[in-house]
Amino acid sequence: MPEFYELQINGSAHDVHDAWLGESLLYVLRERLGFTGTKSACEEGECGSCSVLVDDVLVCACLALAGSATGKTVTTVEGLAATGTPSDVQQAFVTAGAVQCGFCTPGLIVAAHALLTESPEATGQEIREALSGNVCRCTGYGRILEAVAAAARARLAAGAGSIDDRGET
Amino acid sequence: MIVTDTRTGRRPGTLGDSAVRPDGVAKVQGTFSFSSDEQIDGCVFGATLRSPHPSARIVSIDVSGAWKVSGVEAVLTAEDVPGNATYGLVVADQPVFAADVVRYVGEPVAVVAADHPETCQRALAAIRVDYEVLEPLLDPEVAIRGEHPDIHPDGNILRHQRIVHGDPDATGDVMVEGTYELGMQDQAFLGLEAALAIPEPGGGGIELHIATQWLHEDRRQIAACLGLPEPKVRLVLGGVGGAFGAREDISLQVHTCLLALRIGRPVRIQYSRRESFVGHVHRHPARIWMRHHATTTGQIVKIEARFVFDGGAYASTSSPVLLNGITHTQGPYRCPNAVVDGWAVRTNNLPCGAMRGFGVVQACFAHESQMDRLAEACGLGAVEIRLRNAMRTGDTLITGQVVESVAPVARCITEADALPLPEEPVGGRDGDPMRLPGGAGRTSDAEHVHRGIGWGVSIKNLMYSEGFDDFATARCRLSGGVVTLKFATAEVGQGFVVIAGQIARSVLGVDEVRLDTVDTDIGSSGSTSASRQTWMSGGAVDAACRKVRERLFDHVAAQHGLDPLRLAIDGTDVIDTMGTLRLAVEDAVMGREFDETVEFRHRPTEDLDENGQGNCHTAFAFAAHRAVVDVDAELGLVKVIQIATAQDVGRALNPLSVLGQIEGGIAQGLGLAVMEEIVRNAGYVRNASFTDYLLPTSLDMPEVVVSLVEEPDPQAPLGAKGVGEPPCISSTPAIVAAIRDALRHAGIERRLDRVPVRPSDIAL
Ligand code: FES
Ligand code: FES
Repeated sequence: MPEFYELQINGSAHDVHDAWLGESLLYVLRERLGFTGTKSACEEGECGSCSVLVDDVLVCACLALAGSATGKTVTTVEGLAATGTPSDVQQAFVTAGAVQCGFCTPGLIVAAHALLTESPEATGQEIREALSGNVCRCTGYGRILEAVAAAARARLAAGAGSIDDRGET
Repeated sequence: MIVTDTRTGRRPGTLGDSAVRPDGVAKVQGTFSFSSDEQIDGCVFGATLRSPHPSARIVSIDVSGAWKVSGVEAVLTAEDVPGNATYGLVVADQPVFAADVVRYVGEPVAVVAADHPETCQRALAAIRVDYEVLEPLLDPEVAIRGEHPDIHPDGNILRHQRIVHGDPDATGDVMVEGTYELGMQDQAFLGLEAALAIPEPGGGGIELHIATQWLHEDRRQIAACLGLPEPKVRLVLGGVGGAFGAREDISLQVHTCLLALRIGRPVRIQYSRRESFVGHVHRHPARIWMRHHATTTGQIVKIEARFVFDGGAYASTSSPVLLNGITHTQGPYRCPNAVVDGWAVRTNNLPCGAMRGFGVVQACFAHESQMDRLAEACGLGAVEIRLRNAMRTGDTLITGQVVESVAPVARCITEADALPLPEEPVGGRDGDPMRLPGGAGRTSDAEHVHRGIGWGVSIKNLMYSEGFDDFATARCRLSGGVVTLKFATAEVGQGFVVIAGQIARSVLGVDEVRLDTVDTDIGSSGSTSASRQTWMSGGAVDAACRKVRERLFDHVAAQHGLDPLRLAIDGTDVIDTMGTLRLAVEDAVMGREFDETVEFRHRPTEDLDENGQGNCHTAFAFAAHRAVVDVDAELGLVKVIQIATAQDVGRALNPLSVLGQIEGGIAQGLGLAVMEEIVRNAGYVRNASFTDYLLPTSLDMPEVVVSLVEEPDPQAPLGAKGVGEPPCISSTPAIVAAIRDALRHAGIERRLDRVPVRPSDIAL
């Protein structure tokens, strides 16, 4: 039995040593590897605070075993943009007033990135649906919905000339 | 480059601007450190053993099993508390660890520290506690009648207070009455309780990094239990993931410090969600009877009321919560006569204390339901009855206190009334199943959906009451062109960090403001609660900045041979208002540093006398809410379509922050109206998880339309009133009134006297 396993996180390899195999991806990210941007608020898949991308699919890290992510790519909130230079979605959250305590924010940012990659033209009700797995206790969602809609509009406006490229990564 | 808004002449980042939060980028990038994120080398984990019974005698505790689990470093019980055995915000009646009896499900009995959270769990499971189960006291009325033995040495009555005002025998031609109930709501902040305690190397002191609402009050209680002088206990604010009242009391603070001091190494404790549900105080469940007497034209003549708040096992803030409830009996309406009887009692239910709205949420659901009944009895509309009785500045409350605050009640109502109604057709009638109450996955049928409109209007006291010495401290340092502010004000999400910078920029004409660490190295700022920090800490920052400005003007005046009274700040310059001098603030400071610390107080308040008379409150804020809902009367499903609100904010120092408080507060009001309740059975909690305790999601929240009523309050240091609580107070009764209205359209009459309103309350 190997003494460690490897996870690909935000583009680099991380070894997890001497870990108990029952640990969730959330626990390993936060406690063993120091990716504390991913939050824990319910540990049963209800709040979305722990949202990460595993092979570009939105996943609750509290529900996934860390071992199940080996051989896949994991993207956390820290991997979406370089520190100090927020992504368009991140900046939209700041500007629109979508952040209060900020505890729900990393999960929502990851979920919003996933949404806008999959459905760049998402508006209104579609955005509400897509983010309904992410609980925010502070904002009442108004500014969050506004932020995501604004980011979507800005992307569409910027990408209007090269619409055929959309979807290529 | 700084561009001034040419319409308002306002510099960005100054008061009145929707400046963005200085912690925003760190929060969106995941680099902001919450208290649960704080890790240091050599840290071990702590965990808590809790009572499985609402009431039991502890016959014996055997911790030897825990010590046999490999990796365990400490096991502590009541015997290991070196200082005071109990703590509490108002009275110290709550044990650090239960010693002889347990009084609620979840009460801490022991803690352990170990190398891994799983080791902690195994150690907890190995502790043997022998309980002799007792008959729990669960019914507040039984406590009031004195029919149950005292469950605590302080007795079963936490507070009894009457209000008798005007002519207690007055009667009206019209009389309406009802008994209203509210379930136990949880604050459900997302950032679970977490703390990191670091023992001082070689010394007896301790440093605690903690998400709290009030560092200094925590320190007072912690130091007493640790048996340490306060200067030996330093508290640093850890990033706070929401609070809403649930972080005003001690939870894991003392435990974490005790473990760290015992083993001489840093210790972290983090609650799980299940644990958090029993680990902090909740909103008081309440039963309120009210009878309104009025003239046939709807003028209130007298209100009689009886309040019963279930305080649970320990006192926490039950006493001031009850005071708030009963002193807000009349709502934002004139009322010449009143007889009110208020009780807060101890039971073996979960302890209750502060939650956003603090007793007024309960009162408002009752008085607003009553106002609708009165309207109906007098043949008036919901808006008309409220306008006829609307309170004004100068009116006398049922406590005898005169309302000195700006009181634009009528304006709030008319402005909310003027906001556009939703354009969206009645649920599902446009053929879109997503718009049905319950969404597409339910079996709702558009034909059974009816729309209703309801109103809620509120009054809320701001700051602390009843003679409490309420103050806030702030320090301002001006050096070069940079201001550094220091305060102990807890940022819990509300945005004081942005307001503080805006104040400094406005007063001192600087652009760059740095915020020092929030800790106990400066005097107290009081609690981030009671909608008080913009007024109190804002007042302190403003006063400190003004003092620095005075010193700066003295300095510039001396340099240039001018009278300092002629000087002013214009943009980022110091100018001579009667001459030609114009000097950038940065240059005016010229290598000097100005450093001032100020304590800011609001005017004193008084206790109530035995008839509930006295100037017990400081100031008031008002709000009106109009709710539009769609209801499937057959299935009992509700979809809130729109909330329109006009709120008395005094002055919006940061309109975007105000909007965020309004929308967020409405979400919590909606939660209480139709979904949120800690369900209890015989003292046991049935739904301590986010799977079972339902919180509003983005699909539950309606469109919110807002009108800010800005009439700067002359008593407020910046003209601004606190804005956090009103949105969650009157939104709840507005939604319930709208449901009643929708049912009426379906030909069904329901009183809906209890929140949260459940589908069965509507359909059965
Ligand atoms: S912590 Fe994973 S969904 Fe809540
Ligand atoms: S900002 Fe606090 S939970 Fe969303």
